[in-house]
This record gives sequence, structure tokens and C-alpha cells, in this order.
Amino acid sequence: MNPIQFDEYGNANDEVAKQVVTNLLDGLSFEDLQLRQRAASEHLRMLGITFNVYGHGDGVEKVWPMDILPRVIDAGEWAMIETGLKQRIRALNLFLDDIYGEQQIIADGILPADLIETATSFREVCRGQRPPHGVWTHITGTDLIRHGDGTIYVLEDNLRCPSGVSYVLENREVMKRVLPEVFSGVRVSPVEDYPELLLKTLIETAPDGVDNPTVAVLTPGVYNSAYFEHCFLAQQMGVELVCGDDLIVDDGVVKMQTTKGLQQVDVIYRRIDDDFLDPSCFREDSMLGVPGLMQVYRDGRVTLANAPGNGVADDKAVYAYVPQIIQFYLGEEPILANVPTYICADVEQRQYVLDHLDALVVKPTNESGGYGIVLGPESSREELDQCAESIQKDPRNFIAQPMLCLSTVPTITDKGPAPRHVDLRPFILYGRDIQVMPGGLTRVALREGSMVVNSSQGGGSKDTWVLK
Amino acid sequence: MLSRVAESLFWMSRYVERAENVARFVEVNRDLSLGGLGGTVAQWGPLVKASGDEEAFLERYGEPTERSVLDFLIFDEQNLNSIRSCVNAARENGRMVRETLSASMWEELNRFYLQVRDAIVDRERILRRPHRFLNDVKSSSHLLLGLKHATVSQGEAWNFMRLGSLLERADKTSRILDVKYYTLLPKPDDVGTHLDAVQWSALLNSTSALAMYRRRFGTIVPEQVADFLILDRAFPRSIYYCVAGAERALHDITGVSTDYFSNPAEQHVGKLRYELTFRGIEDIIAEGMHEFVDSVQVRLNQIGVEIDKAFFARPTHSRVQSQTQ
Repeated sequence: MNPIQFDEYGNANDEVAKQVVTNLLDGLSFEDLQLRQRAASEHLRMLGITFNVYGHGDGVEKVWPMDILPRVIDAGEWAMIETGLKQRIRALNLFLDDIYGEQQIIADGILPADLIETATSFREVCRGQRPPHGVWTHITGTDLIRHGDGTIYVLEDNLRCPSGVSYVLENREVMKRVLPEVFSGVRVSPVEDYPELLLKTLIETAPDGVDNPTVAVLTPGVYNSAYFEHCFLAQQMGVELVCGDDLIVDDGVVKMQTTKGLQQVDVIYRRIDDDFLDPSCFREDSMLGVPGLMQVYRDGRVTLANAPGNGVADDKAVYAYVPQIIQFYLGEEPILANVPTYICADVEQRQYVLDHLDALVVKPTNESGGYGIVLGPESSREELDQCAESIQKDPRNFIAQPMLCLSTVPTITDKGPAPRHVDLRPFILYGRDIQVMPGGLTRVALREGSMVVNSSQGGGSKDTWVLK
Repeated sequence: MLSRVAESLFWMSRYVERAENVARFVEVNRDLSLGGLGGTVAQWGPLVKASGDEEAFLERYGEPTERSVLDFLIFDEQNLNSIRSCVNAARENGRMVRETLSASMWEELNRFYLQVRDAIVDRERILRRPHRFLNDVKSSSHLLLGLKHATVSQGEAWNFMRLGSLLERADKTSRILDVKYYTLLPKPDDVGTHLDAVQWSALLNSTSALAMYRRRFGTIVPEQVADFLILDRAFPRSIYYCVAGAERALHDITGVSTDYFSNPAEQHVGKLRYELTFRGIEDIIAEGMHEFVDSVQVRLNQIGVEIDKAFFARPTHSRVQSQTQ
């Protein structure tokens, strides 16, 4: 299969974008670009901007490769993406309110009841719960891709603990240092106010009646793959970074252990999964969480961002219904396209998937980070047979989608700039209003031809320029 | 401030200071044995003895040689007090509280770590000629101290870092004094000779104290050297100075006047400071230098234990490994 490729530079048709792309590629010699690329990598290493890889031989910390040729998005297209993302977030929050409340969408026959009943990410304990101010998804990192036909699709909604925003901010800092002359004269939307907006979002969603809320970032600890980001965000917001054992439930509220005794915490930006939040409610063996935390949350005396239970809305089988969800709650047509999705739990769709395995991408419904994905066209007969077996054993756990061809952006390689596949993860904050950070994290598959952009599997990143 | 953060800041500073002092430690011995001054042969045994890790060393290396001792003290990751282990631990603690450090402090700590980690490719060269590497270690430690003074608000975080550095330094100055105790002179008659003076001045030099000593006392007299390193009020590596500074740091943290104490840590450090204030060097020598130095080390350990209980302990917490004093 040799799908049509869409190159983000080659297909730039906005005047400003064309100019920027020309400046980038023609303004500097290849030697010069390579020099700047090396400077950027060295800078990241010295700053200790790393992510952790589990089970990696030479030390757990890796510097995440960053490529200095940015992804460029013109103003018109960005306006469409931004509106589309806001629409989606509004609808998904209404969906979460409903699914943990009246379940009108099931009563009206839009969503099959067993889809929710069988979703492992549906938290029974959250039934009847409404988070402070009705905000479920304080921070979202939606994955977008552009297919060969030029259309932008939403690939995943990532409503739980999306990571990557710190790299957006650091990438921008690095770019300003190594390509200052390209920056001057181009009007790139700033991203630097993200920590400020994040802090405001968290303060705005504090429990009612708390005037001057204390915010903390909860991390699983120094060996988590996104630990750098947890530190970075806590530092940028000027709030405490806490581990589970820094917190204790006392007197019906959450408190942190300080050198001067216990201090109340009102808003927790938690970067650990639901499963590990509270061993007395979810996984008993969790060493990372805080016993009793969920009860305080249910009593409305602490805000958890994001809210527990969100996972049901980014379950990959529920994903297939997002266009209907938008229709149902907002009465609007979806602005951003959904990837056509086959739900293996459905008998007919499952048969189609099994008959066309070699042309489809099969994904587990409740995983992220690219784990467990089978790319049909690139798999051996044996792997496909194995995949078919897994599907038949537990159909609810799988969906399939057509193989999409990610667009490319020129990337520095040993032989000069060459096209590499990219995706895009914009970050959306929801406090009093919904705000979209301009651009987001562009992840790039550094191996030629590869479409796997995950940092754990040979991906890197790029700065993203939304032009004004 | 979070107890966990305070703990990490304390240990980060402590490990940086420890790495610096191991470097000093190695240098004093090289000075003592180099150059054929007075015909001493290199003695590496005393260094291992004074480091407090003699048992671990003998178990793994046997007879101490220059190479094995240097390797043990610089690169050996199984030796928790080697320069490499200290810098790893300092950075690991720093990484846990990265958000409370100033950006420039973190960057320097990270650079220090990369430098020591990457030095392993030069291992053999460094073991033959360690001077430059050891100097770099000291410089990095000083740079971090400077950055702390220049870029961190002098509040609780700053005081926990100060506390860690000073307690560690007090302990290590006492151990450097011990090196001299353990370094056997060729013959008992040599005590008080030119050779003895050479050794004492090497000792002073390794604590950067020679010039400062000369300004105060002039010629080298063993009692006065001990006086200077133990009791001097103004020299920043003397045991008195470190203990008095640690006492101030503790009281700045709690906000309690030094006329009182609010926890056993303050009580113990106050007692030690008081004793150092009113003891003369004659008393110390009469008691026996080694015995005195030994008791100071025991009491510094006790202070460390009390600090841990007063500030770092968490109710729900089961710390997997406590850091090593």
C-alpha cells in the first residue's frame, strides 16, 4: 500500500504560512541547520529535560529528541480546529454529567446500555457525583492527525491525565535560543501563558466556599515517565508537588504534611490514574494514593483535576459515538471529523474487522501510549491470527479503524531535511471557560516511514507554530 | 514546606558537600605521600580507615593500593560514599524537589552529575592523575553554594540546604583530622620534626585552610592546627563554625530563640555548640584528639537523627531506605 502523502510544508497554501516555510527551508544552509539541531539537543540534555522509560537498559532517563523544524499551522485552519475542540469538550463534559447522572442518552437509545455497563473505565462509585462547577475535564490533550486527503481527524480524546505540555513550553524556549532570527518577523501565537492559565483553571474549579484555595500537583513519583512534567508544572505555577505519602485525610479534608504541621489542600491536579488514587476505594495495593481521598471528594471538599471517572468518555468504543454525542447534547454538527471506527463488540462490525484485519488498525479500548496496537498492513500472518484470537476472546476490548496516513513535516536527518510523519496534541483547559492553547505538542516519528510517534517508541517532538 | 521536600533539600546539600569532602580527603593523602618529602611512602590504608568504610573496602578490594583506594572513593557505585554515588544521590534528591530549586541551581546540579557520570570513560587517566578531576568536583560544589546564595530566597528551603551542608562539613572536617591521626609517622621520633610540619600543612591545605591559618597563627604548631580546624570562630570549615551555623539554621527554621529549644534537634546541637564555645584546645588534647573527634562524630549523627524525627517524619510513611549519615 502506498497511500497519498500530505506534507504540511508542501501543501501550505496560506500566504503567511508559505512565506514562513520558505524562510525556514531556504534561509539556512543544511550545515547551519545541523549545527542548530545539535545545539538544541545539547541544551535539552543540560537542562535535564527527560522522560523515563520503563525497562530500558542504560538508565531510566532519556532526553526526548526535539527536531528544530517546526510544524506550521495557518490562522484560518487553527480557528477551525479551536472551535471544533471547544465543541467536543463541551459535549463530552455534558456526556459525563449525564452518564454518571440520569443517563438520558441511553434512555433515548443513542448509546447502547451495555457499552457503558461493560466499560472497565466506568466508575460505579462516581454515580450521582457532580464535580465542582460541573467540570470533568480540566485538562485535555486531544490527539489530532491529518490524513493523506488533507482532512484533520480526532484520533483520541485523552481526558484522563494527558501529558506533554511541558515539552511544548520547553521546545519553544529552545527554539528561541537556537533559531532567533527565524522567530523575529514571524507572528507566532505565544504559548508561554499556559502555566498561568492552568493555575487559574484550577483555582476557578475549587470547591464552593473556598476563598483562597491551596493547589497541589500530585505525582506518582520520580520514576514516573512524566515526572519531569509534574515538577515543571508545579514549579511554573508555584504550587507544591506532592506524592501520595505527603497527603493524609484528616478531619474530613485533605492535608499535606509540612515541616510546620498539617496544611489543608483544596485542589489537587492529580497525575496518577483513577486506579491508584485511593486504595480504600480503587486498587487496594496502590502505594501511590491517599486512603480516604475519594470520600473527601464525594463530600465536595476537594477538587480532583481531572475528575475521577473520565475514562469512560475516552474509551475507544465510546469514541465511535462522539459525533452522536455532540448531536445529542448540543444539537450541532461535529466540526472535527471522527475516524470511522468498527466496534468489535458488535457482531456485524466484528465480522467485518476479522475479514479485513490486514487492512485495519486494531486498538485495545482502554489503553493509551500506543500500547497494544496492531497495524494490519505491517503485521505478519501469525500476528494477525493472534490478534483475531484476542478479539474473539474479548471483543469489547477492541475496536478497529482504517489505516490512516499521517501527514509529514520536513525533519533534520543525516542526509538533510526529509519528510517524517507527525500528529498533534493540542491542550484544552476548562475552568470557568474553555480555552485552547494555540498549537500544542507535535510528535514526530523519527524513523523513515514510521507512523509511531510515541516517545516510548522512537518518537520525538517539534515546536508548533500557530501563525497570526 | 513539605516534609519530603525539606528532607530532599537537606540530603541534596549533604551529598554535594560529601562529594566535595571526599575530593579533599583524597587530596590530603596525595599531598601527604607525594613528592618524596622526607621519604614517606604512600599510605593509603589510613584514608580508608578514616573514611569510616574500611570494612566494605577490605571485603571487596583487600590490601589498599593507590589505585584501589582512589577507585573506591571516586568511581565505585557500590560504595555509597564514593564521589560518584554522592553526586548521583544529590541529583536524585534534587530531581525530587526540582520545582523548589532555582533553575540555575538545578542546571548546575545536572551538569555536575553529567560531568561525573561521563568521567567514567576517563577512569584510568583520572586514577593516575586525579588532581584536575578532584578540583572540578570542588568547584562544582562551590558553584552550587554560590548559586544557593545568589538565587534562592533565604527562607525555609535555604535553611534546610544550609543545615545539610554544615552538618556534613563538620563531620568531614573531623574525619580529615583523623587522617592525620591514622597516618603513622615513620618513627616515633619524627613527631615534632620537619616531616610532621609537612604533614600538618598538607592537612591544612586540603581544607583550604593553610593561608587562613597562617594569618592567625603563623608557623605550624600541631596544637594550633587542631585549634584552628576545631575551634576557630571565623573559618568556614572549622567544626565550631559549622555547628554554630547549623544551630542558627535550625532556629531560623523553627523561629525559636537560641535561648530556648523546641525539639531535641535544637537541644543537641545547642549543647554541642556550647561545649565547643567553652572548651580550650588543651582540654581536647588532654582528653585525646581521636577520642574527642570520635565523640563529635557520634553527636553529629545523633543531631541528624533528631532532625529527621522533628521535620522529615511522616505518619503514613514507610521510607524504603533511609539515607546514610
